[in-house]
This record gives sequence, C-alpha cells and structure tokens, in this order.
Amino acid sequence: MKRWRGIESDSVECSKTERRFLERRLLLKGALSVGALGLLTGCNITNQESVRKTLWTMSRWNDRIQAALFDPNRLAPTYPDSAITRPFPFNAFYDEDEAPVVEAEPYRLELSGLIRDRRPWSLRELNALPQTTQITRHVCVEGWSAIGKWSGVTFRTFLERVGADLNAKYVGFKCADDYYTSIDMATALHPQTQMTLRYDGQILPRSYGFPMKLRIPTKLGFKNPKHIMAIYVTNMYPGGYWEDKGYNWFAGL
Amino acid sequence: MSSMLPATPYAETAPLIKVHPLTVRITHWLNATAILIMVASGWRIYNASPLFDFKFPNNLTLGGWLAGALQWHFAAMWLLAINGVVYLAYGFFSGHYRRQLLPITLKSLLREIANTVRGRLSHAVGAYNPVQRTAYLGVIAMIMLVVLSGLVMWKPIQMQSLGVLLGGYEGARLVHFFTMTGIVVFVVIHVVMVMLVPRTFIPMWTGRVRNPGKRI
Repeated sequence: MKRWRGIESDSVECSKTERRFLERRLLLKGALSVGALGLLTGCNITNQESVRKTLWTMSRWNDRIQAALFDPNRLAPTYPDSAITRPFPFNAFYDEDEAPVVEAEPYRLELSGLIRDRRPWSLRELNALPQTTQITRHVCVEGWSAIGKWSGVTFRTFLERVGADLNAKYVGFKCADDYYTSIDMATALHPQTQMTLRYDGQILPRSYGFPMKLRIPTKLGFKNPKHIMAIYVTNMYPGGYWEDKGYNWFAGL
Repeated sequence: MSSMLPATPYAETAPLIKVHPLTVRITHWLNATAILIMVASGWRIYNASPLFDFKFPNNLTLGGWLAGALQWHFAAMWLLAINGVVYLAYGFFSGHYRRQLLPITLKSLLREIANTVRGRLSHAVGAYNPVQRTAYLGVIAMIMLVVLSGLVMWKPIQMQSLGVLLGGYEGARLVHFFTMTGIVVFVVIHVVMVMLVPRTFIPMWTGRVRNPGKRI
C-alpha cells in the first residue's frame, strides 16, 4: 500500500514543481497572515473614517429596507401564560438598583410637536383609557429573548385621542433615566404597539419602567423605552441613545 | 473544456487549461471576503449574549463592540446574499453544477473516502472527486441555511412562516450557530488542503493551470 507523502516527491523531474510548491506555500502563508492581521486590528479598521461612514450609510440603507419589509398588519406571535419567562430579565445601561424613581402623583406625561391637544396626562387618566394585554416575545439586540406579559393602552388609540399628526414621520420619547429613542409612525400605529402601565397583572414595577413604558413587540428591546416622561411627534429625525452610538435605528423584527 | 484529462507527465509546454470560470473565481473571492467578515463580526455579536458556556477571543472578532459588529454583519450580509444569488444562478444555468458537482453516487463517494484514508487522493486537473463534490455541495447548503436562519433572526415576525421551519427565533439562533460552525470547519479543511496542494491556489485567481492531472 502506497502511503501518502504530502508535498514530498522522490522524482527528480518534480524538483522544479516542488520549488514552486514552496514558493506558493510561502505566498499563501503571507496572504493568510495579512488576513489574520486584518482581523486582529478589527477595531482599528472599524475606526477608520471611510469605513465608519460606509457602515453608517449601510445602516441607513437597512432602515429603508426594513421600513419596506414592515407589514403594518402582521402581528407578533402571542403565547400562553405558561410560556412567560420568570423572572423576566432586567436590562438597561445601568444596574437594576439605579433605575429611576418616578412618583405616581406628580407624574404628568408631556406631549409636544405635531399634536393638536398637548395637555399633559396623569396616570389616572391613562388608566381610564381602554386597556389591552399581550404576551409576546421581547428580543434583545444582544441576542437573547424572553416572553413577558404587558398591559396598557394601544398606542394608536392614544395618538388618535390627542390628535397627533398620523402622517408625520417619527414619534420620539424622552425618559426619566435620560434615555431617549424614536420610532417610525407605521410602527407607532401597529395594533400591538402599547403604552404599558402593567406587567404580569401588577402595576408596572420600577425595574420594568414605572410609570409607563412603550411595548413594541415588532422591534428590538432597546426600541421599547421605559420611564417615559415626554412624547413628541416630528418630521425631523430624532435619533436615540443607542442609535446615536451605532445601533441600527429601525431595529424591526 | 474541464473534463477529466489523461495523465501525462508534467511539461512547461503543456497547454494552459481553464479550470475555474471567471464568474466562479470572482464569486469565490467575494464570498471568502463576506464569510470572513460575517464570521468575525458574528463572533462579536455572539459574545454579547453567549448561547453556550464560552466566548470567542475578542481579538479574533470584528467591530470593536456590539454595535460595530452589528454594522459589519448587516452590511456584509448584502455582499454574501447578492454574491451567493449570482453564483447559484450562474452554477445552475451555465451547467457548472451539472458538470462539476454532479453526480455523486454513494459508491463513488465511499470509494473515494477509502482512497483518501489510504492516502491516495485523486487529483485530476479540472475535475472534482466525489469527496470534494460532497464538501462543496455541503458548504453551499450550509451557507444557504446560515442565510435563511439569519433572515429568521433578523425578521422573526415579518418572516414568521419561514421561522416555523427553523424552530422560531430561538431555534434559528441554534441553526445559525451550528451552520456557522460547519462553515468554519469547511474553511479550515479547505485552507489546509490548499496548503498541502499549493498548486491549486494560483489557478483560483488566474483560472488556468499548465500542469495536467495525475494522482498523488
């Protein structure tokens, strides 16, 4: 039985070929080293201005693609009570005990921008609006997901009630923890987009966004702002806390 | 043009034989670039919330942090997908797959595996042996699956009917991880094979080879 001898050769005729083998092997090694070097300096590549600009341009392009892919009538799957993730994970850019403390009584939700009736709303008034409940999957930009149960006012109902310009492009949110974000109007009007006042049957806990958060099952978790203090409607791109740092703005699911 | 050639001794005067069509060469290197970016940025994204009890070394990843890695991943996905569609369309309509990757019979595959184990690799210039055909078809299938599972993770609601086939969002995450692993294993073996038989490297750029086939 003949054993495989790799690149070795016992034939004199092949010596020239063999030398080429070695030259090419060195060339290949060189090419691979350049590739490895590129990988090792990955952060530096990303920091180059032209690369950075290209990546941001691609992210804006992906916003447009996602807006086109978004079907305003397609619902996020809903789950039974037994599927709820317990405990539901806390996630923010700070630790759980640093979550902002917002008092229920002096709280007034402020409205501004392209809204006809901009009078502030108390929690009592928000609770008096028709309430709905959803059990949906929350998908984090980090990759994990968890199923939770949120109750509150369908955001569309609220926007219609206050006379928001439903043809405007964006709805923006300002939060008690200095977080801010914004969404497209199509998503704001989606039937499952909810001004959440309760979690799993209880008044929305501080960790999960008391006194009010926006639950958007058709977007990644960071597009679901907590502790909302002000809502505004605008045609000027408002950006967001993570979006301005590089997360994709549309972030649709 | 790329059929099996009779084994003749090596000679400088041997005619240049076209072994890799231009479309295959271009799509191969664009695909290699896309896979490198997707794997390196994907490892960084994985590290943000590891599925298993390990992380990839950060210095092997691309993007610097999660947002940077996501930007790379969702930019290079267009290169991977568009280049992949061009390659598949070319391979299908030009007869490239029919000529080069098919047929694979179980008998020929088993024979070739036995040959490989005994160290008798079949290397006819311009023709793939059954093990190569299986590996290439396998990596094509894995790249298709990694793209489909990636689509489900990206759009679990808009593409929920596709998602059902892959076990929903969390199922697609696992499929995405394991197909990535399969692709990386393929790439490692593929690169090692090229290092063992370096004369296959230049033709992947030039498309031509002077050395007619022989068994080594």
